[in-house]
Amino acid sequence: MTKRTIELDLATPGVDAQGHPTRVPLGVAEGRATPESAAEEPGLASEHMLLNLGPQHPATHGVLRLVVELDGETVVRVIPHVGYLHSGFEKLGEYRHYNQIIPLTDRTDYLSPMANNVGFALAAEKLMGIEITPRCTVLRVIACEMSRIISHMVWLGTTSIDIGAFTPFLWTFQERERIYNLQELWTGARLTTSVTRVGGMMADIPDRFIEGLRHFTRTFPKTLDEVDRVLTRNSVWVGRTQGVGPLTAAEAINHSLSGPMLRASGVPYDVRKDMPYLGYETYDFDVVVGEHGDVYDRYLVRFEECRQANRILEQAIERLPDGPVNIDNPRLILPPKSRAMNDMEAMIYHFKQVMEGVKAPVGEAYVGIENPKGELGNYLVSDGTAKPVRWRIRPPSFINLSALPKMAEGHLLSDLIAINASVDIVMGEVDR
Amino acid sequence: MKHVMETKEVAGQNPNYLLAKVQNLVDWAVNSSRANSLWPMPFGTACCAIEFMATAASRFDFARFGMERQAYSPRQADVLICAGRLPFKLAPVIRRIYDQMPQPKWVISMGACASTGGIFDNYAMVQGIDTIVPVDVYVPGCPPRPEGLLYGILLLHKKIKGESLFDQVRRRDEQPLDERGLRLPPETIDEISEPFGNSVHQFRSA
Amino acid sequence: MNPSVDALRATFGSAIGRALESCGDTIVYVRRDALLQVLAWLRDTPDQRYDYLVDITAVEYRDRERPLEVVYSVRSLERRVDLRVKVELDAEADLVVDSVVPLWRGADWLERETFDMFGISFRGHPDLRRILMWETYAEGYPLRKDFPLRGRFSRAEQVRQALAANPEAHYSMEELSIAEAYGELSPEMKERLRRGERGKLAGSE
Repeated sequence: MTKRTIELDLATPGVDAQGHPTRVPLGVAEGRATPESAAEEPGLASEHMLLNLGPQHPATHGVLRLVVELDGETVVRVIPHVGYLHSGFEKLGEYRHYNQIIPLTDRTDYLSPMANNVGFALAAEKLMGIEITPRCTVLRVIACEMSRIISHMVWLGTTSIDIGAFTPFLWTFQERERIYNLQELWTGARLTTSVTRVGGMMADIPDRFIEGLRHFTRTFPKTLDEVDRVLTRNSVWVGRTQGVGPLTAAEAINHSLSGPMLRASGVPYDVRKDMPYLGYETYDFDVVVGEHGDVYDRYLVRFEECRQANRILEQAIERLPDGPVNIDNPRLILPPKSRAMNDMEAMIYHFKQVMEGVKAPVGEAYVGIENPKGELGNYLVSDGTAKPVRWRIRPPSFINLSALPKMAEGHLLSDLIAINASVDIVMGEVDR
Repeated sequence: MKHVMETKEVAGQNPNYLLAKVQNLVDWAVNSSRANSLWPMPFGTACCAIEFMATAASRFDFARFGMERQAYSPRQADVLICAGRLPFKLAPVIRRIYDQMPQPKWVISMGACASTGGIFDNYAMVQGIDTIVPVDVYVPGCPPRPEGLLYGILLLHKKIKGESLFDQVRRRDEQPLDERGLRLPPETIDEISEPFGNSVHQFRSA
Repeated sequence: MNPSVDALRATFGSAIGRALESCGDTIVYVRRDALLQVLAWLRDTPDQRYDYLVDITAVEYRDRERPLEVVYSVRSLERRVDLRVKVELDAEADLVVDSVVPLWRGADWLERETFDMFGISFRGHPDLRRILMWETYAEGYPLRKDFPLRGRFSRAEQVRQALAANPEAHYSMEELSIAEAYGELSPEMKERLRRGERGKLAGSE
C-alpha cells in the first residue's frame, strides 16, 4: 500500500469547538477513505490525484475553480476557489448615488435581476425611512416571484444538462423567454431590468402586462408538469440525485445556508414567512421543506417553489390596487418627464436628484429578502451623504458554496458535479 | 499606342488569371466551410453568458448559423466568444484558453464589459479583452440582445468570407505576449483604458 | 431595543460598549477581547439561541477619526430576532480579531473575504488567505478608503501583473501538500511548501 499520510502543522493553528488543535491530515478526510477501507483492496496503489476543474468549465456554472483530490473516482476533498468574477461592486457602490446603484444590482445575480433590484430598494428605503405605495408593494411582489421562476428555470435546465438530460433545458428556457417578454414590456430590457427606484419603480406596468402575466400563470404549470413527468420519477435521475450530498439541518444552520439549500435539509425557514416584507404575510402560499438535504430534495424543493411562485403571482394579479406607483415626494423620486419639462420646480427637483443624488440620513440598515438562491441581504451604511459609506451584499450563493467541501466528501466525481449544480450558484453574486 | 495599365500586387492574389480563379475557388470553399460551421468556445462569465445561452436555446437558436456544437474544449473550437466581464484574476485564464485554440481562430467580444470594461471601471476589471487577446468582432450591449449576438456572428461570417488562404500578410501572426508579458505596448493599454465621458462624479466618493 | 442587550450587559458588564438602534435594528458594540465569549454566549444560552450567523463584514468610514468596525450579524431562527454585534478596531493599530469559525463554519469564507477586502486578520482561522483577489495581489486591500477606485497601479501594470499571475501556482497549502505527498509538485511549489508560507510539513527540513 503506497500511501503516505502526512500531518500538516498550520502556522496559524486553529482550535475547534472541543479545544483540539485543528490539523489538515492528508489522505484522510473526516472519517472517509480510512486506512481500513484502503486495506480492503490490497495490492492496489492508491495514489490520490489532484484534479483541477475550471475556472473555465461547462459544468461549474460560471467561473468557479474546484481543486479536487481524487482517490480513483472518489472525491476525498474538494477545495473551491472563487473570485474569478470579482467585479468590485461594493467598492463601486461607494461612488454611486443610491439610484445609480440599482443597475449594479442587476448584474450581481443576473439570473433573477428584479429580485436584486427590489432587495436593494427595500434596504435604501429602510435607511431613508420611506414607505412605498400599495401598488408598488404588489408590483414588487410580482417582480420577485417572476424572478424566482426564471432563476429556478435556469437552475432546472442547467442541472438537467449536468446530470445528462438535455431536453428540459430547452423547455425551461422557453418559459424564461415568456417572462423575458414581460420584463421587456415593462422595463425595456430582458435581463438587466433596473426596475425599482428608491421610493417606487422605474415605471408603471403597461397595459398588456397583466394579461400577459395571467396567460403565463395558466400555461406555466403545464411545462412544469412536462418536466415533472420526465425527471421526477425517472430512475436515472433518482439514482443520480438521491442520497447525494446530504446535509443535516444542524450542519446547514452551522454553515449559514439559506434558501432552498436550508429548507431541503429540513429547516422550515423562509424569509418571506419568518421576517416578512412587502406584505408577504397576506399571501397564501406554502413553504416547501425537504427532509434529507440531498440533491433530490433540493430539486423537489425548487420545483415546488416554482408552483408556489405561480400561486403567489395569481394572487398578486387579483389584488393589484390602483393608485400611484411612486411615492409623492418630489425630493426623493424623479418627477414625471412631462412635468420636469414644463414646470420650473419639477425641473429643479430633477436636476438636484440627478446631479447631487438623494441624501440619506446617518445610520445603517439591513434588509434580507428571499432571493431564489437564498437570503439576499443588502446592508447600507450612510454618513449623511448621497453615496453610501458601505454597501454590503450578503451573498447567498457565496455562503451556500462554502458548504460544498462538506457535501462532496466521499462521493464520486460525477456526484460532485450534481452537488455543485444543486447548490444553485451564480458566480456574479459569489464574487461580486 | 499601347496603354500600359499599372497592375498592383494585391496581397494573396495571383497575377495569373487562371491561378487567381483557382485561388478564388479554393478561398470560397475554405471560407464557406469555416464560416458556416464555426464552433464557438463559450467563455461565458456573467450576464452576457445568460443571453448567450438564450441565443443557443430554441427561440433564437444559433445552430441555424452553424454553431451546432459548442466546443467546451478550446482545442476543438474555432471562435472564442467572451461573454461577460473579465476581471484581472481571470485574465491569464482567457489568455491561456486563447493560446490553446488551434488556428484558424477568431474572437468575438460580446457585451460592453468584454469590449471596454463596461460599467466596471475599477481596480478589478480588465478594460476590454482586446488588451489581452486580439478581437475580431465587438458586440455592444449590456447584455446584447440575442439578435445582436447573431448579428455579430453574421459579421464574423462576412469577415471570414473576405479572407484569403493565400494571404501571407493577414494570417495570424500568433501575437503572443511579448517579453514584457503584454500584448500591446503599455501606453496603448493605458490610453484605451482611460475613462471617457463627461461625468467626473463616477470617481468621486461623496 | 433588543432585550438581549440588557442580558449581555448583565452577563459581561464592561465588555459591552454602547448599544443603539438604527432603522429598527439593534446594534451593540463589544470589546475585541470579549468577542468570542460574547458570541458563544449568544449562541448557546437557552433564551438567547442566536444560532444562525447571517453575515460578517467590516465598515470603514470616510471620517478618518472613526475606527474600523467588524460587523457580525446573528439571528435567532426560532425567535426570529436579529442582532448586530460590532467590534471597533483602530486603523492605526493592528487589525486583528478572533475568528468565530469554531462557532459557525459559515464564518470561514466570510472572514476570508473580510481579510481580502480590508486586511483584517482573524486569529485562529484555519486557512486565512485571499479569496476574491488572487493570492499574490500586490495593490493592497480594495475596500479600504485610501485605496482608489481604479487601483493604485496603472492599467498596463495591472494587466501585466494579472497575466503574470499563473493561476496554477495558486494552490492552497492543503492542495500543495496533497500534491507533494504524491510527488507531483514543481520545484517552485515545493519551495513554497518548504518555506512554509502558511504552514510547514512535519518531518521535512
